[in-house]
Amino acid sequence: MPGSWRRRVVRRVSYPGIQAWTLLGPGMFWLISFFVVPLLIMLAYSFMPRGIYGGVERGFTLEHYARFFNPLYLEILQRTFLWSLACTVICLVLGYPVAYLIARSGRWRHLLLLLVVLPFWTSFLVRTFAMIFLLRDTGLINDWLLRLGLAREPMTMLYTPTAVMLGLVYGFLPFMILPVYASLEKLDSSLLEAAEVLGARPSARFWRITLPLSIPGVVAGSLLVFIPALGSFLTPDLLGGAKQMMIGNLVQNQFSAARNWPFGSAASFIVMALVLVALLIYLRIQGRQTSAGLP
Amino acid sequence: MNRRAPGWLLAVSGGVYAFLHLPLLILIVFSFNNSKFSVEWQGFTFRWYQRLLERPEILHGLKLSLLVGLTATLISTFLGTLLALALGRHRFPGRRGVQAFLYLPIVTPEIVVGISLLILFVLLHLPLGFATITIAHVAFCISFVVVVVLARIQGMDQHLEEAAMTLGADELATFWQVTLPQLWPGILAGALLAFTMSFDDFVITSFVSGSGSSTLPIVVYGMVRKTIEPSINAISTIILLVTALLIYLADRLIRVDSDSSGLGDGRKHHHPVAETSPG
Repeated sequence: MPGSWRRRVVRRVSYPGIQAWTLLGPGMFWLISFFVVPLLIMLAYSFMPRGIYGGVERGFTLEHYARFFNPLYLEILQRTFLWSLACTVICLVLGYPVAYLIARSGRWRHLLLLLVVLPFWTSFLVRTFAMIFLLRDTGLINDWLLRLGLAREPMTMLYTPTAVMLGLVYGFLPFMILPVYASLEKLDSSLLEAAEVLGARPSARFWRITLPLSIPGVVAGSLLVFIPALGSFLTPDLLGGAKQMMIGNLVQNQFSAARNWPFGSAASFIVMALVLVALLIYLRIQGRQTSAGLP
Repeated sequence: MNRRAPGWLLAVSGGVYAFLHLPLLILIVFSFNNSKFSVEWQGFTFRWYQRLLERPEILHGLKLSLLVGLTATLISTFLGTLLALALGRHRFPGRRGVQAFLYLPIVTPEIVVGISLLILFVLLHLPLGFATITIAHVAFCISFVVVVVLARIQGMDQHLEEAAMTLGADELATFWQVTLPQLWPGILAGALLAFTMSFDDFVITSFVSGSGSSTLPIVVYGMVRKTIEPSINAISTIILLVTALLIYLADRLIRVDSDSSGLGDGRKHHHPVAETSPG
């Protein structure tokens, strides 16, 4: 039926987009109903007075956002921001060399990549438990320290800021390695060869060619670490205990024990706003890269 | 370009790989240790695995996790594949916007997704349980399916479809006989990843599951908080092995694909699993 092909072409030209929207419809309906609408309701909740039994009451108030100027909550906000930033920097310092090695390793490349992809997808809960198993007072590290005589009594490692930082880096490191690898892998090696022929030393080749060209990957990786770190709940919950609260724990707490849903919604919206700001910065940097003619 | 890597680079990378994998290996080894409290090696045993069978909540959790996982995978793979087809095969106003929007569920922190869905479900008076967990899982799985299937569509040779149509196949026949067979590996890989995400999810599920409906991760979380019995190591080992197998399969599917169809850009080593990320 050659005619039907012809008809199809004609139809698509005259009604652009109709067929596409029938394909998009069901999925978009799901995401709008169960992703966008809930976020909007959450936003509305954050401006409403608190109800007696955990819900909200009619009205408009800014008190939940004003509460964040309380030193107690400011401290949590500050800690969340600083720890996420520190985690991102550590992941970059540790992850960049690994991504660089993978991009340069010939036949081992796929195996090395798979070994980063696997933890990337494995259960965050199980991985956090693996940290607990090593760090707790009766854990493996303390057992060895005691047995080797390096410590007289178990060192408290769990429920410290160090434990949380270790858990965050452990959890998010693959998120940094993969995008940096993706950008290093696309790097045109003839540029490096040209630089070598022209007499550039290895360090100059790295700082003036490899690093600048891998910036998009570095930015993407930093974002992929920084954003989930901002919203992390499990790591500080299990490794940090009550004293090392991050904003995710504050949100969770408001929706369980404290039963203050609008305040929890406000805290959650602050996380969401930080995420959107980070994304906008990312898009700007990406935009500048493309307009400057970089890949 | 393939010169020997400097020693410090190998050392740092080796350290990072050890850091990523040793804790999990240790966890697995000690799931076979015949001692309840000590981390000293007391001999090999399977009893922590047997102990799992004696805990009804674990079996219930596993059953619910499988049920939710399969349902959510079916729905999200179907919806995600349709979205990927629209994005990969059609030009329409707002296409770039839709594509950007689809990344949002991937980057939104889980805790935000979890509590906003909880608010919605409570507002709608939906009882928390299987249905609400599944709805939530579909919502965060769709985007991952789209990313994987779209990568496959973009790597496909569009000339085959054009040839089929020129030879007289109508649109439906072309889709079933030319497009879909080429698309299968991508769809399957997307489904495997969706199942893994659903099976592993703790944070979102913890908000939208009622007290009587605990998935496996919720049960494991409770165990981690309450006991230090090595059965946690045993159940963790099982979860790790299942996930690793699924991810390995997804990775193979995606790779075999890009190698066999990589006529145009076989040199480039695209890795869709590497380019997506769990929220």
